[in-house]
Amino acid sequence: MHLDHTHDGSGAVSADARRPDGTRRALRIGLGGPVGSGKTATVAALCRTLRDRYALAVVTNDIYTREDADFLLREAVLPPERITAVETGACPHTAIRDDISANLEAVEDLEDRLGPLDLILVESGGDNLTATFSKGLVDTQIFVIDVSSGDDIPRKGGPGITTADLLVVNKTDLAPHVGADLTTMASDAARRRGDLPVAFTSLTGDDGVRPVADWVLERLTVWHHGTARPEPATATP
Amino acid sequence: MSRTALLVLAGGRFPAGDHAHSGGVEAAVAARAVHDSATLYAFCRGRLHTAGLTAAALAAAAAAGHDPLVLDEAADARTPAPALRATARKLGRQLLRAARAAWPCEALERLARDLPGGAHQPVVLGVAAHAAGLTASDAAHVAAFGHVAGPATAAVRLLGLDPFDATAVLARLCDDVDAVAHQAADAAGRVAGEGAGVLPAASSPLLDITAEQHAAWPMRLFAS
Ligand SMILES: Nc1nc2c(ncn2[C@@H]2O[C@H](COP(=O)(O)OP(=O)(O)OP(=O)(O)O)[C@@H](O)[C@H]2O)c(=O)[nH]1
Ligand SMILES: [Mg+2]
Repeated sequence: MHLDHTHDGSGAVSADARRPDGTRRALRIGLGGPVGSGKTATVAALCRTLRDRYALAVVTNDIYTREDADFLLREAVLPPERITAVETGACPHTAIRDDISANLEAVEDLEDRLGPLDLILVESGGDNLTATFSKGLVDTQIFVIDVSSGDDIPRKGGPGITTADLLVVNKTDLAPHVGADLTTMASDAARRRGDLPVAFTSLTGDDGVRPVADWVLERLTVWHHGTARPEPATATP
Repeated sequence: MSRTALLVLAGGRFPAGDHAHSGGVEAAVAARAVHDSATLYAFCRGRLHTAGLTAAALAAAAAAGHDPLVLDEAADARTPAPALRATARKLGRQLLRAARAAWPCEALERLARDLPGGAHQPVVLGVAAHAAGLTASDAAHVAAFGHVAGPATAAVRLLGLDPFDATAVLARLCDDVDAVAHQAADAAGRVAGEGAGVLPAASSPLLDITAEQHAAWPMRLFAS
């Protein structure tokens, strides 16, 4: 019944590219990956790198605490009103994939409260290799693994490894200490992912997040090209 | 009317945000009040006949076409704990999003416009049930069952309870759920003549108190 209806009026239903007032919403990038691989560290570094040029906000999905949100607040990577923590009821992948309603509400609420934003980063709670974001929640997604959990992880594959728009292999500084072979990881990842990009990072070094930041900047350019608002929301005339 | 619409709306996979809520059982588990399937059964039965009945009647009244704004006020009056009000509105917003996608119609759009902060979840549930072509009794069943299914699922995660045992708890509660749904639908049938005040206002003070405490915990698995 009522199949002729379109979703206008109050509030978008899902991943509509426009906000209720007709303006294009922020680009939403999801960051997923196993526990402790460096998702929050990547989010923090991205915020530091991009916050002067772009209007940013972050949604964290902590499993049991507000650990990630609190870390970002402590590190003061963004003002507190730009960071929202979503509770996931013991099931982080459900909240980013099967039932995204709480996360959608969080990203929409950030834009409603803060005005137009360029970019919202959604960090998933640390999960397993099958956890990926719904396209209803994010426009593009990064899967973060690290060298110290075993250099065979890219070979094992799984939806995160094979389909994420960017695969980040983090903590390369630890590779010599844990006997991880970065060349093998790179060739396994390439075999699993075809043409999809892979970035190797070490966030302990200066500007270690650069490869990821460059990729995000490309995504932002593409996103802005599809909009009536080509300038960054923060740009002053 | 499609019977299957009822299964869609009541199914545990309907993406309306419930999975992040324990229906109070996380607090009860922490207090050692729920620790096995017998205590889970007692908890669910108590919640069903109190908060569940109240919610089921509100849902039935909304599904019968009574003014959702009046019912939302009635829901507020029956929800003294601020934490539970906030949860009910949050879940109401999330359910509305899913329902608007599943059964788009003017009544759901109007609800979104009139109460942008969210209506109480049972009220949205009733309007959604109506949009799906379901009856007041159907809406009452979904609300009542939701009040026991949520805690049962959460208990499996919190206690490592045998999922077969938890499902058996739900099966044993079927007659109770039916009875509560009938009572709720009866009350909803009297709203036209007697006003929303006729709807049951059963509540469980302990659930209210522990919900407030739970909302202040620094570490928890569930949002409520
Ligand atoms: N040596 C080294 N340590 C890192 C690097 N990136 C992150 N870490 C450390 O790894 C630990 C986990 O990093 P987080 O960013 O919290 O990982 P996460 O993926 O957000 O973890 P969860 O949210 O719990 O799943 C922290 O102690 C970081 O300081 C890196 O490139 N090299
Ligand atoms: Mg983290």
